[in-house]
Amino acid sequence: MSTADATVDEDVEVRSPQMDVFRRFIAGDLAELRVVLALAVIWLVFYIQEPRFMSSVNLSNLVLQTTAVGLVSIGIVHVLLLGEIDLSVGAVSGLCASIMAVLNVKHGWSPYLSIAAAVACGAAIGLFQGSTFTRFVVPSFVVTLAGLLAWPGFQLKVLGETGTLNLNDPKITGLTSTFYSDTVGWIMAFVGIAVYAALALRGRQSRVSEGLSAPPLGLVLLRIGMIAVAILVAVWVLNDDRGVPLAALILVGFCLFFFYLTTRTTFGRHIFAVGGNAEAARRAGIHVTRVRVIVFVISSTMAAVGGVMAASRLLAVNQSSGAGDFLLLAIAGPVIAGTSLFGGRGSVWHALLGALVITSISNGMDLLGLETSIKFIVTGAVLLLAVIIDAIARSQRQAAGRV
Amino acid sequence: MNANGSAPVLELKGVSKSFGPVQALNDVNFEVHPGEVVALVGDNGAGKSTLVKTIAGIHSPDAGTISFEGDDVHITNPSDAVALGIATVYQDLALCDNLDVVENLFLGREEMAGGPPVFAPLDEVGMEKQTGELLENLAVTITDVRNEVGTMSGGQRQQVAIARSLLGEPKLVMLDEPTAALGVRQTAQVLALVKRLRERGYGVVVISHNLADVFEVADRIYVLRLGREAGDFKAGEANQDQVVKAITGAGASGNGGGKS
Repeated sequence: MSTADATVDEDVEVRSPQMDVFRRFIAGDLAELRVVLALAVIWLVFYIQEPRFMSSVNLSNLVLQTTAVGLVSIGIVHVLLLGEIDLSVGAVSGLCASIMAVLNVKHGWSPYLSIAAAVACGAAIGLFQGSTFTRFVVPSFVVTLAGLLAWPGFQLKVLGETGTLNLNDPKITGLTSTFYSDTVGWIMAFVGIAVYAALALRGRQSRVSEGLSAPPLGLVLLRIGMIAVAILVAVWVLNDDRGVPLAALILVGFCLFFFYLTTRTTFGRHIFAVGGNAEAARRAGIHVTRVRVIVFVISSTMAAVGGVMAASRLLAVNQSSGAGDFLLLAIAGPVIAGTSLFGGRGSVWHALLGALVITSISNGMDLLGLETSIKFIVTGAVLLLAVIIDAIARSQRQAAGRV
Repeated sequence: MNANGSAPVLELKGVSKSFGPVQALNDVNFEVHPGEVVALVGDNGAGKSTLVKTIAGIHSPDAGTISFEGDDVHITNPSDAVALGIATVYQDLALCDNLDVVENLFLGREEMAGGPPVFAPLDEVGMEKQTGELLENLAVTITDVRNEVGTMSGGQRQQVAIARSLLGEPKLVMLDEPTAALGVRQTAQVLALVKRLRERGYGVVVISHNLADVFEVADRIYVLRLGREAGDFKAGEANQDQVVKAITGAGASGNGGGKS
């Protein structure tokens, strides 16, 4: 390096580099913390109005209600990361749940095969919609709007004249009615905390040993502590009622899997790249079409999984399964929690957090005996508020980011 | 002519390219040596972009030969060019604003830490280390390589884009208007980086409209006019006036400067 280079120094730094790094490490936490705080406020408001809201029975129900919409939202997060939209997930969840019910109840298929067939149908629908979207360069909005209109028609065909099918196979209903004993719940909690702590500390250690900037140890410990408290309180509340539900484990399991996929693998990196700048991704040699198709397969597959869980909880499938506000709640959840509608920004955990917020509002208002009309208006207002807060925060961050 | 006694890394002889009735390149001879910065100048429509795109494999020439490191080559698509060791940084940079510096540098060539193929974890620590080393080697100062490039200045983004092109270990780097739309300070940063590319032995082609920048950084100034070579000057032996005349076609001799 010549001495002339030294004069060509960096733009004036107002903050110290350490401060910069620290800000980066807590930036992600703060965004999530904002949603958690909003959730706490919502719970407090409902608790003041109706103390039963915070009873372990109701909170247990809340978790079960969150499951189906949360699972569908996981798929939606992927689509939103691309900057696309999938309006068909409600319809797909209803159709796939119907396929499972018909195969199991009418044709006597084993519950596992019925569920597998339903999920496979979801994947096939995603493949079809994703291929149509990429092959003919039709906006995903329109392709999936067509799905929103067409798949309920298939649902009516599949269900036939009966209209409603009651599910009584213990394996299927057990998906949402299985609860683990207190001991098992505590063991899972401690194993979960231990694994998280080990991964977090090891991740930090590998950065430190390579001489890279690493979050302060205190911050990592604080994070572990907060996660531990959250898990322990959740298990304590759930144990006070019926125990940790299998449904919650399924939701968290899918979240963990897709969190790993989106943030730790090449494919996940490519989803963010395509959502951020598809042309740049293409020039970098990324197979943009393949990424898009796979994401739509993920979306429809998770819609099918969510549909199966919803059917299991309602113990039945009917002509309106997957209809109504299911679709909009599944999309609103991640957006409320901070996933951008414009692509490239978001997290799989927003599916879980957003679903909790949305379900809490709906559950609380049910408990207060409010009319459906009020419920819709409030949910819409919350979504609007969240998006506005997000937009303001984002523009402030960009103003601060550009020195 | 020979810049520093070495054989040219890239040599074009009699290259022509037409689009329908438009003769974009007409019998162009062009060469770049290792450790040499060649500025490619000319008016709009003079054929600069066509020439760069021909070398980068986006267009195939109608006539003429291209040789790379002494071997005749046929570059029929961009990946041919990349495989040979020709890196091109286009004006629009093609960075993902929502990804950080490390993620952008390794986009499309991510390194994994082993494991099952599809689900193998990314080697974030390794990639971040290499990024730090590469940027340090190029004396590019970026406070935090984990900052999103969308929050960075135009000069920093340009430097990230250039650093990114070096990861494939090219022999020749082509920069399309690297200082367009940059402020004085940021232009200086980018030009300093171009000089360091020369020090490290890369052949560098810079397209530019800004003659001040060209004279600041180039060893040789190659002028195109209406698809033909209109001048090939040694930067030290020419003045702006001569180059402007060659660009506009005014004055008697366009072929003034350092062509021996």
